[in-house]
Amino acid sequence: MTHKDHYNCQALLGNLSDYVDGCLSDELCQEIDRHLNECEDCRIVVDTLHKTIYLYQKSAEEAEVPGEVRERLFRTLKIEDYLQS
Amino acid sequence: MDKEQTEISVELLQTGDRHEFARMVDKYSNALYRLALKMLGNPRDAEDVLQNTFLQAFQHLKEFEGRSSLSTWLYRIASNEALMMIRRRRPEIDFSDAAREEEEGPGDYEPAELTDWGHLPEAEVLTSETRLVLDQAIQTLPETLRIVFILRDIEGLSIRETSQALDLSETAVKTRLLRARLRLRDELSVYYGEKMHNRSKK
Repeated sequence: MTHKDHYNCQALLGNLSDYVDGCLSDELCQEIDRHLNECEDCRIVVDTLHKTIYLYQKSAEEAEVPGEVRERLFRTLKIEDYLQS
Repeated sequence: MDKEQTEISVELLQTGDRHEFARMVDKYSNALYRLALKMLGNPRDAEDVLQNTFLQAFQHLKEFEGRSSLSTWLYRIASNEALMMIRRRRPEIDFSDAAREEEEGPGDYEPAELTDWGHLPEAEVLTSETRLVLDQAIQTLPETLRIVFILRDIEGLSIRETSQALDLSETAVKTRLLRARLRLRDELSVYYGEKMHNRSKK
C-alpha cells in the first residue's frame, strides 16, 4: 500500500471499516472508489476484507444450541416446566 | 432465533414471571451460545458461559433499568462471563497489552498477503475445512479484539451497542474492530493464497 495519488492508501486505512460498512458520505465513497480503480493492492484488501466479514457471518448462521444443552440449561435455571414450549 | 414473535416484557421478567424468563432464554440462547463458542473455542466452556449468563441475568433482572436494550444487556453479561473464563483459564495474560495497542490504531498496515481470493466461488470458500480455518483464525486474535469482532460483525450489534456491551468508547470499539478485521483478513489470505497457489500448480 505505497501507491501515491490524490486519495492515498494510508487515508483509505483510516476509513476502511466505515467504507466496508457503508457508513461514509457519497462524496468520500466516490473518492475511495476512484482510488480503488487505480490501486490494485487496496482493491484486493477491500475485496478480501469484505469477504472475510461475510464468511464469518455466513458460517455462524446455522449455529444453534444443541437440544441437550438447552435441556440442561432449563434444568439449571429451574424452568424445566417450559422445556416443551 | 425467535421461538415466539411477541416482544419479551421486562415488566413481567421483573415480577419474577418464569414463563417470560423461559421465553427470554429461548429467544437469546442461540446468539449467546454462538458468542461463547466463538470466544472460548469449545462447547463445554460455551455451555458454562451460557448457563452463567442466564443465572446472572436472573439474579440481576431487578437492576436492569433499560439504559440499553435487553439483548445488549445480555450480550454484556455473556461477554463478561466469557472474558472472565479466559482470564481464569490463563491468568498470565496481560489484558493491558491489547488496551495499549488499541491507542495506537492500525498504524502503517502492510498486508501480509495480497492474494486476490475475494472472487472465489462460495462453494469453494465455505467448505467444512474452511469453517475450521475460520474458527482457528478467530482463536488467534487477542480476546479483547475477538469479542469486538464477534459482537459487531458476527452478532451484528451497532458500534454504539458494542460499546455499551463492553463499556468501551466508540472510538476504542472502532479501533479494535479494524485491527481484528485486518488480522483475520491476513490469516484467511495466507490460507486461500496457498490454496490458489496449489491449484495453479496442478
